Amino acid sequence: MGARPHTSGRVPKAMTEPAPPSLYAAREPIFPRDVKGKFRRLKWAIMVVTLGIYYVTPWIRWDRGPALPDQAVLVDLANRRFYWFWIEIWPHEFYFVAGLLIMAGLGLFLFTSALGRVWCGYTCPQTVWTDLFLLVERKIEGDRNNQIRLLKSKWTFHKTRLRLTKWTLWLLIAVATGGAWVFYFADAPTLFVDLFTLQAAPVAYSTVAVLTATTFIFGGFMREQVCIYMCPWPRIQAVMMDDDTLTVAYRDWRGEPRGKARKSEAPMGDCIDCMACVNVCPMGIDIRDGQQMECITCALCIDACDEIMGKIGKDRGLIDYLALSDEPREREGMKPRSAWSHIFRLRTMLYTAVWSLGGLILLYALFIRPAIDITVAPVRNPQFVTLSDGAIRNAYDVRLRNKHGEARAFEVQLVGDAALSLRLEGQTDLNTLVPADDTALQRVYVIAPAGSAPATGDRTDIRFWIEDMVSGERAYKDSLFNGKGTQ
Amino acid sequence: MADKPSPHDPVTGTETTGHDWDGITELNTPLPRWWLWTLYATIIWGIGYTIAYPAWPLINGATQGVLGYSTRGEVAEDIARVDAQNADIAATLASADLSTLSRDDPAYQFGVSGGAAVFRANCSQCHGAGAAGAVGYPNLLDDAWLWGGTLAEIEYTVTHGIRNDQSDDAHWSEMPAFGDIFSEEEIGMTTDYVLSLSGQDHDPALAEQGAVLFAENCASCHGDAALGDTSVGAPNLADAIWLYGGTRADIEYSITNARFGVMPAWGLRLSDEDVKAVTLYIHQLGGGQ
Repeated sequence: MGARPHTSGRVPKAMTEPAPPSLYAAREPIFPRDVKGKFRRLKWAIMVVTLGIYYVTPWIRWDRGPALPDQAVLVDLANRRFYWFWIEIWPHEFYFVAGLLIMAGLGLFLFTSALGRVWCGYTCPQTVWTDLFLLVERKIEGDRNNQIRLLKSKWTFHKTRLRLTKWTLWLLIAVATGGAWVFYFADAPTLFVDLFTLQAAPVAYSTVAVLTATTFIFGGFMREQVCIYMCPWPRIQAVMMDDDTLTVAYRDWRGEPRGKARKSEAPMGDCIDCMACVNVCPMGIDIRDGQQMECITCALCIDACDEIMGKIGKDRGLIDYLALSDEPREREGMKPRSAWSHIFRLRTMLYTAVWSLGGLILLYALFIRPAIDITVAPVRNPQFVTLSDGAIRNAYDVRLRNKHGEARAFEVQLVGDAALSLRLEGQTDLNTLVPADDTALQRVYVIAPAGSAPATGDRTDIRFWIEDMVSGERAYKDSLFNGKGTQ
Repeated sequence: MADKPSPHDPVTGTETTGHDWDGITELNTPLPRWWLWTLYATIIWGIGYTIAYPAWPLINGATQGVLGYSTRGEVAEDIARVDAQNADIAATLASADLSTLSRDDPAYQFGVSGGAAVFRANCSQCHGAGAAGAVGYPNLLDDAWLWGGTLAEIEYTVTHGIRNDQSDDAHWSEMPAFGDIFSEEEIGMTTDYVLSLSGQDHDPALAEQGAVLFAENCASCHGDAALGDTSVGAPNLADAIWLYGGTRADIEYSITNARFGVMPAWGLRLSDEDVKAVTLYIHQLGGGQ
């Protein structure tokens, strides 16, 4: 299976003239056997936590006042807002998302260099959902042997019933998966009702449909093919692993020569060739062949082998998390170095340092960002206007940002030449109201009386301040005043 | 070639394609069969797509596609959809009394935004994209208005225009060309007086004589203090704004030959809502009264 599907099923008609080998190989179905053990328990726990987070998160409420949505996690594409509990991200703060993605990437590097493909084996959605689908499959059709028997059997009522039950359950999980996804993009309780009353937007239905189809097909039928042929990550990860990376491996110096324990003179290894490790493998590989691209390091073969070793009274850990650098030591009968000494090395510490640095920068950026802001776009067509009394007027398009959950009045102030005065288009005073969690565009005029220095001169530096009349917060932006001298 | 019954590479154990060039054999690492089916499926999809949508280039144009889709049609649909969405607010604007329309009314913002587009398409050719005007074409940003700067006055001017023969209600006034009436000396005196009004360099003695000429000939329209009269479109001559230039030569030319600025009656070309929209837009550019 996988990278080495040897002979194709086709048998040459005449041995003298062998048919050319097929360039394509059909998928060989895999029936991973149920297994118990510490890694299996860990994986169940991770599945409960990750799926729990995925399905429950959109339903968590978070009060932000009457003007803002009360959904704790919401990607509000229509209004260009991203809400995460107490944090609200505007489009111009997208660098937070970019920063988080960089941290996620560095985190993957860190975990891969320390623990190999631990992401693939435990937390990748493809792995988690496939695991869930396998669980359903076993509950309906029985374990590995029953499944193989069922595959080979004719299409009886029994088989049809089992298959239909399984597919229905898979489909329900798939619909729930696609359905949960759209709740992150709209108010979940409202959308939930809308979806069933056919009131939701077409994009909601098409998103649910696409994700239902991919979940159903990838989790039910493609499974390991996704990892081997579709995912780029397994190919990239190899370069991040080194001799100290802990990864699932077989102690061949202890297990070989493998075979059933017979009363022969030849000394035998610990491996009794029971195929337990192969039978539980969701990727359909034999870990005893060594490191291979198909292995997602789910560690189920460790559980399977440990169970057997326990039964035959031998030491556990024939298959184990190992670092390549320990092999020479172990061959000489020494103990492997501790896992921590493999994990704490220059490379992983550097990854941790860079990852932490990114996190600290993001945290710093998060805490210094202001709740109010101002941008100033000077109107440059024309550069200035001469008024009837000879005064020179410049116009500025000032955008005021209010991130508070309520409308706020901002006072606009000017710092610069004392001769300059301010006027706000459409306002009787220097205050302008900015709606809750929104921006407002306010044209601001700066006027220099006839004959004053800014009016007759070239450019004068000015600074606009805004002050939140409720909280007293202030923000400023520098700009220029053009006098007649600019012409 | 292909004379070995079981083509396998002895080193890797991998199947070979049986192709052998000078002892170098090609390993066979089969692709998954579903991958092949996916390829076929995309080809079939591609063919179907070119039938459904415009695709194949012909001598003139391209095949139209059985679905009748076109990007142009999509834009037209978008415009129709937005027009339908705005139908109510546009009707509100078209029938609104602008002088009582609140700035908080959605129709006001709708008008200002739409008016900006109307202005750029229809007015910017003369008044400039920034509405700053040019010599002979008034600056709409300042506080000087030939025919009045209130919303009602601007709306009237936009609707009926100035000195055109399209609308019977167009603003109309005509300054005589004083070159036919005054002597050159008299024109010079009047020019000095007009220069004195706005505090520019002038000959006080000539200006004094010019004042008499002004009172007899010009004050009827421009006013005794030369502050202009918006009912007849007579400009204020005492301020800092000069539509045709404020130098001695410019003023002499204006007195000698007179000026005759013309503007079309946009009420005949634009819808009611567009006229109101562009009126709102102009009014909030900084000079509206």
